[in-house]
Amino acid sequence: MLEARGIAKAFGAHEVLSGVSLDVERGELVSIIGPSGCGKSTFLRCLNLLEQPDRGMIRIEGVEIDRDGPQKRWTRADEAQAHRLRAHVGMVFQSFNLFPHRTVLENVIMAPLAVKNVPRAQATEVARDLLDKVGLKGTADRYPLTLSGGQQQRAAIARALAMKPAVMLYDEPTSALDPEVAEEVLAVMRQLDHDGMTQIVVTHDMRFARAASDRVLFLDHGRVVEEGDPDVMFAHPSDERTRRFLRSVL
Amino acid sequence: MAMLLAVLPAHADGTLSWASDGQANVPYVFHDPADQNRLTGFEYEIVQALSRRFGMTPRFIQNDWDGLIPGLQRGLYGMVLDGIEMTPEHAEAVLFSRPYYVTAERITLRRDEPDYDTLEKLHGHVVGTIKDTLAERMLRHDPSITLRSYEEETNAYSDLRDGRLDAILLDGPIAQYYGQTQDDLKVVGAPIGRIAYGIAFAPGNHALHDRVDAALAGLIADGTLHRILARWGLWTPQMANETGDHSTPAVTPSAWDAYRAALAPRVGWRMKLDRYVGFIPLILHGAWLTLAVSALAMVLAVALGLLLALMRAYGPKPVVWAGTLYVEVVRGTPLLIQVLFIFYGLPSLGVRLSPFVAGVIALGLNYAAYEAENYRAGLTSVARGQMEAAIALNLTHRQALRLVIVPQAFRIVVPVMTNDFISLLKDSSLVSVITLTELSETYVRLSATYYDYLGPGLMVGAAYLVLGLPFVRLARWAERRMGRAISSR
Repeated sequence: MLEARGIAKAFGAHEVLSGVSLDVERGELVSIIGPSGCGKSTFLRCLNLLEQPDRGMIRIEGVEIDRDGPQKRWTRADEAQAHRLRAHVGMVFQSFNLFPHRTVLENVIMAPLAVKNVPRAQATEVARDLLDKVGLKGTADRYPLTLSGGQQQRAAIARALAMKPAVMLYDEPTSALDPEVAEEVLAVMRQLDHDGMTQIVVTHDMRFARAASDRVLFLDHGRVVEEGDPDVMFAHPSDERTRRFLRSVL
Repeated sequence: MAMLLAVLPAHADGTLSWASDGQANVPYVFHDPADQNRLTGFEYEIVQALSRRFGMTPRFIQNDWDGLIPGLQRGLYGMVLDGIEMTPEHAEAVLFSRPYYVTAERITLRRDEPDYDTLEKLHGHVVGTIKDTLAERMLRHDPSITLRSYEEETNAYSDLRDGRLDAILLDGPIAQYYGQTQDDLKVVGAPIGRIAYGIAFAPGNHALHDRVDAALAGLIADGTLHRILARWGLWTPQMANETGDHSTPAVTPSAWDAYRAALAPRVGWRMKLDRYVGFIPLILHGAWLTLAVSALAMVLAVALGLLLALMRAYGPKPVVWAGTLYVEVVRGTPLLIQVLFIFYGLPSLGVRLSPFVAGVIALGLNYAAYEAENYRAGLTSVARGQMEAAIALNLTHRQALRLVIVPQAFRIVVPVMTNDFISLLKDSSLVSVITLTELSETYVRLSATYYDYLGPGLMVGAAYLVLGLPFVRLARWAERRMGRAISSR
């Protein structure tokens, strides 16, 4: 359902991604790990075109963006295609990025109202169900900054889910949280996995990556070094670099 | 509405529109000290008599002295009467009627001074006069004289009494009404030189000129002009010689007497209070105009400022440059120049605005540049993650700005914007240069009429405070209400 081929991205002279590919099946939970600066966040942000890849191809739910043609400029047509692609992708950020001037409920219904023209009553009903599901019953009318970090991140997940995405992207969703609070968020992600959601998680949490993932991708210097079953990779990393990285973080 | 009507072409509808500077312009055109809501003056009465003569309704338009002739040229009104000297320089800029008054320069001194009663005796002294007048040119001939040129005659006479001037050289009527009426001043010596006042028309407006000039000839011939001037105590042997009218009509100088009576110092707080109470309608009117101009200008500034800020923050290169250019030009030039340019300059390009609209636009365009900078600071302080989150939710760029970025930026700039509005309220006094009698102009007029800068000053100051206060309150409330979401932790 998601296919990324040869994604390359440079910031100026510095090449961050040098041809990263990934295939994700429906319902899979894929963790992307690697040392800081390995390009894992950039890769994730390329998947929903928050960063525009210099080369490569992305196809999600049949919507394809191909950057390998002669046209290198990011055109209006590309932007329109990105818009179509993002309709299938939800994203959760390390710093939550809730809209502080809107209540939690308004945060969740804003995009359905503005982008999909869902009737307000219907959007509100869906939003309340989602807030319920992520354990935020009773916070609908509060402003984001009155919530704890863990609550904010769960609200952000509910906000992304309100757009009914086919795949959810998480960019270090628990890095800004205390471990016990992080667990609330990870629990929600496990529940979603259980419900069949497709998820891609960039994370530093090796315990979560190993226990919850169907597959792990290890990135270093903008390349996929190793990819596979978490138990196999964590127990018997085949590449020296993976071994060194896991030793340093575990 | 009246302000919009003011720009209709002169005498298009059976009215005769004419302009003068009615601020403390005694005895030419001024607000009656006995009733500030009423205009009077010998020129005012001449216009009444002229209009009666050919069945038109006169409509008076207030304008600053400096703006009188430019306003004539841009067709704001048909003619100007304001003691305009028929000099060759003036004759190049306007079309003159025959003179309606001829007078001479007079010297005014403090009563305790020796009689410097000729130009020669003023040698080496500090002498005041009004700028751009015959008197000023006369005084320039003697380089030993320290010349002080004033905009308002009241200020000159104040300075003479306070010892800042040794003497004043000014036109006969001014010397009579400002010097002779004061116990501590004296008008000395023989009249000096010859000054003729003519009615000014736009060059080329021969139709109106010919009609008015003929009517003026009639007023002179049938003695109407004589009677008007006699009532003001202004009929002089010089006028008799000029007109050949040596008769003595049975007219008492009633207007002259009335003026002196009205000016007599009010004794007792009761009388003074009555006078101040009489100022209230004028101050209210000025306050209303100040508020209307400021509020509309602020609406324009807030809207245009946002547009400029968005242009500079998110636009493609040429749009960014255009926005930057606008902000730099507007912030780099004085507001006064912008006001004058929009009102007097733009008509050359075919854009004619009423004084009110021109005032609102000038202030609005000016403040937009400052608001744009405030917004820009606000926009950049909204975290980048907000835009990314909005895009990730598939909002368009435009929706992200409208729903997420701008509302947050707006909250950040509200306090700054309130301060700006208070400044704008005060800066709106600049529109007085384009004929709008707002609060500050009201103060100038009242204080100059009564030589009283204290009472009207306190009243007008209070009016500004009362105007500003609700906005300070409103802003605090809005800040609290909107800040709740962002600042409460």
